[in-house]
Amino acid sequence: MSLVIEHLDCRLGGRAVLHGLAGLRARPGELTALIGPNGAGKSTLLRAIAGIVRGEGSFALNAEPLAPLSLTRRAERLYYLPQETPSRAVLSVFEAVLLARRTRISEAPAAALARVGETLRALELEPLAERELGQLSGGQRQRVAIAQAVIREPRLLLLDEPTSALDLHHQLQVLDWLTRLAAERGVIVVVAIHDLSLAARFARHIWVLKEGRVAASGAPGEVLTGARLREVYAIEAHVEWPADEPPRVTPLAPTRRLGD
Amino acid sequence: MNSPLAVSSDPPTPDSVARYLARRRRHCWLIAGVALLALGALLVDVATGPGPYALRDVLHALIDPAGASRVLRVVVWEIRLPVALMAVLVGVSLALAGAEMQTILDNPLADPFTLGISSAASFGAALAIVLGLGVVPVAGTLLVTGNAFVLALCAALTIWAVNRLRGISVQTMVLLGIAIMFFFNALLGLTQFVASAEELQQLVFWSLGSLERASWDKLGLGVLALGVTLPVFLHAGWRLTALRLGDLQAKALGIDVGRLRLRVMLCASLLAATAVAFAGTIGFVGLVGPHIARLLVGEDQRVFLPMAALCGALIMSLASILSKLLIPGILFPIGILTALIGLPFFVSLILRSRREGWG
Repeated sequence: MSLVIEHLDCRLGGRAVLHGLAGLRARPGELTALIGPNGAGKSTLLRAIAGIVRGEGSFALNAEPLAPLSLTRRAERLYYLPQETPSRAVLSVFEAVLLARRTRISEAPAAALARVGETLRALELEPLAERELGQLSGGQRQRVAIAQAVIREPRLLLLDEPTSALDLHHQLQVLDWLTRLAAERGVIVVVAIHDLSLAARFARHIWVLKEGRVAASGAPGEVLTGARLREVYAIEAHVEWPADEPPRVTPLAPTRRLGD
Repeated sequence: MNSPLAVSSDPPTPDSVARYLARRRRHCWLIAGVALLALGALLVDVATGPGPYALRDVLHALIDPAGASRVLRVVVWEIRLPVALMAVLVGVSLALAGAEMQTILDNPLADPFTLGISSAASFGAALAIVLGLGVVPVAGTLLVTGNAFVLALCAALTIWAVNRLRGISVQTMVLLGIAIMFFFNALLGLTQFVASAEELQQLVFWSLGSLERASWDKLGLGVLALGVTLPVFLHAGWRLTALRLGDLQAKALGIDVGRLRLRVMLCASLLAATAVAFAGTIGFVGLVGPHIARLLVGEDQRVFLPMAALCGALIMSLASILSKLLIPGILFPIGILTALIGLPFFVSLILRSRREGWG
């Protein structure tokens, strides 16, 4: 029971973006971090799994091949949270989260409303329930987007940089909440993320992409090494694994400067 | 944050649910209020016109036709009521078409005629008025209407066909609509160039919009168009609301955005084609009606669509009343009045609104 990518290719506009990704596995109950430099193919990989862009090959969720499934059928099993959060829709926070629920699950309206209320409360979004999306800050919209994701009760959550607009408090809070969500509900959570310290702290497994290929995959302690960060990110970095504190990845300097 | 499993077996009703329900009730009251206004405007529209008939007599003739005099019965049921109902029908059709065009094209400036439909319809009317040519086998007064309807639908079908063959983006769809508009405007100009002075006058009057050509048959056809398209809009309500979150988000929610956009575009075009064929080019209602609705109730299609339809009906009825009162004895072109009525209303709402985004 997991997300397994045995082979995945993806071309966008005639250009190969993902080249034969293989050997990737994300397990239920765990948070898997997807890392890599800009343009490595992280968003494309998540979108290909979700069926938003066309990915070819062999990849399966809980032993069910995903490639033959339409976008709509895949959305019944998984949810892809885009990096961009909408702001122009004249919808309240409550309506936006209700919308995410009603486009996925048929149930009595009262049950759907109660579920939305519970989710907003769990994510501490109740005070914003009546505010319109356009009146929210980027970070608040990102938390609403996370509420939209979890209320659909997917078996697989694909989150594209869900903490990029959040302050430090909410970054820790949201990742901690997602980790517990995965553990308590047995959800497979894959998070594309740039903050390597957060990835090391919360993920049980890390996928590393570089130029559309898998550069590494494994436990944070195996994957996040100075040599690998030099190879993938072209940086010198200091990686610490203190016994009583969360791991720290401190970027020190780029291995080459602009113009060199 | 609370635990993801912090849901008790019998949780208290969250405060946000109570506030959401209060907001929904407020929206329903607003819809009922605008519906009452629209009904009142419809009745005043029926009661307005040449002839010394009091509102009470007109209402009596409406409720009990057998008890009214024959002349009053004919005036109310054969002349005024079809025109007043046509105003409502055109208002509803244009506002619904505008609301859905703005939704699917993700463009606040979109209206029912954005994709070149009014230009195509005008050329169809010009073919009938100037050259006496019919693109459909009808004759008499229906020739102009039939031509306008078929040409308007042709414009929409062209975009649909190109999209089916090539899979175009929203931006390309709008640009294609602009190309179609220029194409039909050029053909219209050519027809006007060869038209006589009398034909030209007829054509100009048609293009300014008029409800005078209303009849019960045409009303029936208009209701049929609404009957075909409304279920599509209502069935796709949640998905259309999701489209306002952007294509990527809508796809993430499992929505086949391309197919939904094409289907709704065809339905909105059918409504716009029907309205323009029966009443000529009546601008602004399809733009301003949805905007007023959006400012009042937001973009949840369950309340947005009925509110947009009612706003469109109200604007058209008010315009119809004014068209009869402005110069006694002369029916002022209604297309001019819809703009004159709608514009200040629209501007005041925008200035009073503190919303971001489209508002």
